[in-house]
Amino acid sequence: MSLYYLQKLIYQLNRDEHVRQRYERDFEDLLADYPLDDGEKTALREPDIGLLYVMGVNGQLLMHYAALCGYEWDEYLQAMRDGVERYGPVRSGLYAMTET
Amino acid sequence: MSLVFAGVCSHAPGITGRYERAGKAQREGFYTRMREMRRRLEAARPDALIVVAAEHFANFFMDNMPAYCLGMADGYEGPVEDEEWLGIGKASIPGNADLAERLIGVVLEDVDVSYAQEWKFDHGVMVPLNFLTPRYDLPVIPANINCQGPPLTPLKRAWKFGESLRRACEEQPERIALIGTGGLSHWPCTPDSGKINEAWDREFLDRWVRGDYSGMTGYSDAETYRDAGQGGFEIRTFVCVAGATAGSPRELLFYEPIPIFAVGCTVGVVQL
Repeated sequence: MSLYYLQKLIYQLNRDEHVRQRYERDFEDLLADYPLDDGEKTALREPDIGLLYVMGVNGQLLMHYAALCGYEWDEYLQAMRDGVERYGPVRSGLYAMTET
Repeated sequence: MSLVFAGVCSHAPGITGRYERAGKAQREGFYTRMREMRRRLEAARPDALIVVAAEHFANFFMDNMPAYCLGMADGYEGPVEDEEWLGIGKASIPGNADLAERLIGVVLEDVDVSYAQEWKFDHGVMVPLNFLTPRYDLPVIPANINCQGPPLTPLKRAWKFGESLRRACEEQPERIALIGTGGLSHWPCTPDSGKINEAWDREFLDRWVRGDYSGMTGYSDAETYRDAGQGGFEIRTFVCVAGATAGSPRELLFYEPIPIFAVGCTVGVVQL
């Protein structure tokens, strides 16, 4: 579990055009630069937005990754709800602070 | 000269990006007060505008997260987000590196503020500018308070940051305007997006209008998270403006929850 690097990849993908070009050209090559476990890589590849949310990715990062993957706003919100339904409460990060 | 204008407002991306999904009367009520804020800002004839924002991983990440940062460049770019998603086109925004450096020099006497000579504005700055300086003809000095990645600066330090900014402004010959921009209670970009704790917001705003230092700085982060969501951490921007304008009367021009904007939309001004 490497939430920090999971978020860092998404942060750089959101903000750096060169990283985005690598993502489009060869996502596997880009993924290899980050110390992510297999579950995290799979969630990014799918993409499984709901699982990424449950893993603890901050929504301020995740919403842009979802948009990049073609999710409309309502689809993004629903994907997170589905993720919690399927995988359970958020496991780490800010949203695990006081889950209700 | 000194501080010639101060106020607070919301900055949620839905305000511009999802405007058509709000009721016309509702959104126009908010936009009208934002235009009134612009009128008052322009009437103050400022030479520069400090925007105290709570950026959202546009420039700063957890590899090196400053609690406080001021921009020190002669120009900025924004928005960093997709233009269509935000509903605001890419633009160049003038800065004022010389003034920023002088301000930073004074603030550093009280608060260990970082500086940045490169800064890409996200919706936290661009949405307010879209209403207040839509021609991008007023130099902007961005200021950021980390409200996204805990641990966060204490609320009392945010107040102190405001006091220091005020002192720094007073020592400059320029006419300076200051706005703080953030949400009150909100759960942006989570499954609870659209949820708003109106009672919590109104209590906080009552404290802001009264300049109630103890009331505004008395929340623990755990309490804020429980009652106001992670977006509630952005009250630091309002607390900063309150600290910068302690003792001055304040006026709440607008507050109304607009769920599709994911925030209680707020406009407040200080009578300096």
